Amino acid sequence: MTTVLDERITLRCGAGGQAMRALIREVLTDGLAREEMDGAIGLASMDDGAALRLGDQWLVVTTDSHVIQPAFFPGGDIGRLAVSGAVNDLAVMGATHVLALTCAVIIEEGFPREDLVRIQRSIRQTCEEAGAPIVTGDTKVMGRGELDGIVLNTTGIALTDRVVPDSGLRVGDVLIVTGTLGDHGMAVMARRHGLALDGELESDVAPINTLVRTALASAPGAIVAMKDPTRGGVASALHEMAEKSHVGIVIDEMAVPVTDQVRAAAELLGIDPLHIANEGKAVLGVRPDAVDVVLEALRAHPQGRNAVVIGRCVGERIGAVVLDTGFGRRLVTEPDGELLPRIC
Amino acid sequence: MTSDNGGVAQLKFRDPARARSLADALERIVAEIGRSPVSIMHVCGSHEQAIARFGLRATLPRSLNVIMGPGCPVCITDVPEVDEGVVLARHGVRLATYGDMLKVPGTSLSLADAQAEGARIDVVYSVAHAIELARRIDEPLVFFATGFETTAVATAAAVLRDPPPNFFVLSAHKYIPPVMEIVAEMPETRVEGFLAAGHAATITGWGVFEPFVERHHIPVVVAGFEPLDILAGLVKLAELVRDRRATVENMFPRCVTKEGNVRAQEQLWRVFRPIGGRWRGIAHVPNGNLRLRDEFAHLDARKQFDIDLHTLWDFAPPGLAQECICGDIMAGIKSPHDCALFGKACVPHSPVGACMVSSEGTCKIWHQYGGHPDLAATAEERNGGRDYCAR
Repeated sequence: MTTVLDERITLRCGAGGQAMRALIREVLTDGLAREEMDGAIGLASMDDGAALRLGDQWLVVTTDSHVIQPAFFPGGDIGRLAVSGAVNDLAVMGATHVLALTCAVIIEEGFPREDLVRIQRSIRQTCEEAGAPIVTGDTKVMGRGELDGIVLNTTGIALTDRVVPDSGLRVGDVLIVTGTLGDHGMAVMARRHGLALDGELESDVAPINTLVRTALASAPGAIVAMKDPTRGGVASALHEMAEKSHVGIVIDEMAVPVTDQVRAAAELLGIDPLHIANEGKAVLGVRPDAVDVVLEALRAHPQGRNAVVIGRCVGERIGAVVLDTGFGRRLVTEPDGELLPRIC
Repeated sequence: MTSDNGGVAQLKFRDPARARSLADALERIVAEIGRSPVSIMHVCGSHEQAIARFGLRATLPRSLNVIMGPGCPVCITDVPEVDEGVVLARHGVRLATYGDMLKVPGTSLSLADAQAEGARIDVVYSVAHAIELARRIDEPLVFFATGFETTAVATAAAVLRDPPPNFFVLSAHKYIPPVMEIVAEMPETRVEGFLAAGHAATITGWGVFEPFVERHHIPVVVAGFEPLDILAGLVKLAELVRDRRATVENMFPRCVTKEGNVRAQEQLWRVFRPIGGRWRGIAHVPNGNLRLRDEFAHLDARKQFDIDLHTLWDFAPPGLAQECICGDIMAGIKSPHDCALFGKACVPHSPVGACMVSSEGTCKIWHQYGGHPDLAATAEERNGGRDYCAR
């Protein structure tokens, strides 16, 4: 059904899930994508970044713009988010040694200088954690009301010998998440909606390139797909992986790691933890015989202590993600639009 | 803690082993009834959510038809009610409402559409939250109040507690008992039992269903919202159907009494009066809508603002809603495939009727699963058991 509003872009298109992918396809892939040569990964793949052949290595490139309300939230801020976003996108492509980052900052007239200093300090610290230098940047100031506070764009580049796409799963492969789910989105949502429970919730925003590096080194070639489950949460990440890899995925809900605080808030608001954004986690698709060694390596890293197997790939219901709740089964849907607290 | 026990805090009412034995009992009792389908209806959004969330539908006997009744207060909020909110918001009045109201379609726009056009709509998670917001701002704030007894009681209490002068209520509150009468009286209705909402019954008491059961000889079971509550409620209901016993059974005694919360009932009826009105996709329900009494006219958005719905009619699409057969689907008479709109003009992100709005609405489920949900374990998984996650 065509309505008047199809002529406008709504927030629904920016919140992860199918509507967002449709927008990316519309704006970028259709018309701009070129044929991908020689195993390269470009726009058409709609992966976390692009991979281009450079001699006997791959150059991985990613770019991301960051807007978040509020700019400072429990556990982090927009500066830490922007650096972690670029670093993690590179990492889940298999490129964990960051060559360089760029950073563009667009600021609304009237933005407090004090906040800007805090954000800059946070960018610097996060870059140090990730071993990622910022080599060029840009600033712009726009009039009051022309944007909401501050927007950051980061682009990252890195070299790697082996690219890990999000499409490499096959039947029997096992899915691991590197830690608890939903921490970032729930902390931000609680703060944004003024929920009285935000004291206990903290974002997981962090660069995880060293964690991913440890996992990759533990079992060379055995990690065949990776994704960082940001907007749209693990549900969207798994959908993309299942669809592109032509497998079905079955998740065991009892195994999905969620902190008690996030679980309580999610139940209160009627939001599925699998739909909530993470900013310091990865989903790994691993060959079955390497699962133990990868888990052990992850758990030995301070960021991977809660790493756990959540499910595996099956040869039925291709492209679908099924959740075994212990009580029954259901299809995992992708979030459609912004996550909203529910009444019923 | 989280991952030490596999990631899920084991709640008392979330024991999969007990769930399996209840599911087995249900299978047995439904088989003993010996008819197919046996149709029962739940009339509560929270039951819907729990059934969907825990995937219970996939474990129910195939011959047990658990129908989503008019139980999701968001889904049955009628088009003109949504329109009232949209018109107010488009005229610059600031609105506060529950998150799941945003996507519910009106004549031509949902509240989310109005928001995309620039209308100011705040998502709140309680009436208290809305009042707090009203106190912080110095312009009128209209609380678009939806929900059944449970949320209506909260609205009533807030109204009686002297809210700030810039706080107004646009009531789309609904009252459940009358609609059960409507469903029971639908010609050809196949509903043989009702699963009633535990939280609403904490207010009304389970005694409120006794006259209904006497009149219609259809059993009612009051149930809670954990998976075991729901399964136990279904088992009890199936037993009553099998034994042809029409009684009210309270399977949620840890919260529900026969009398209910008398003080809350007093507050509810002091603030609201029941009037007849349409429920989306169902019918005109006598005494089904709750409106503010005249005593509270100073808080009533309908009396304090000029809400002219004609402004929406210029570009209204043809009356799709009239072609919607949600009512028949809910009564168990028709299936989504009998509907000309299903999957074409009526899809999840642009729903026409209540059954496509709700995450557990029959049409939404059929659209998502391509028919009855069937997610039994694959042969491969059965052979491997469920131990792949036991590491």
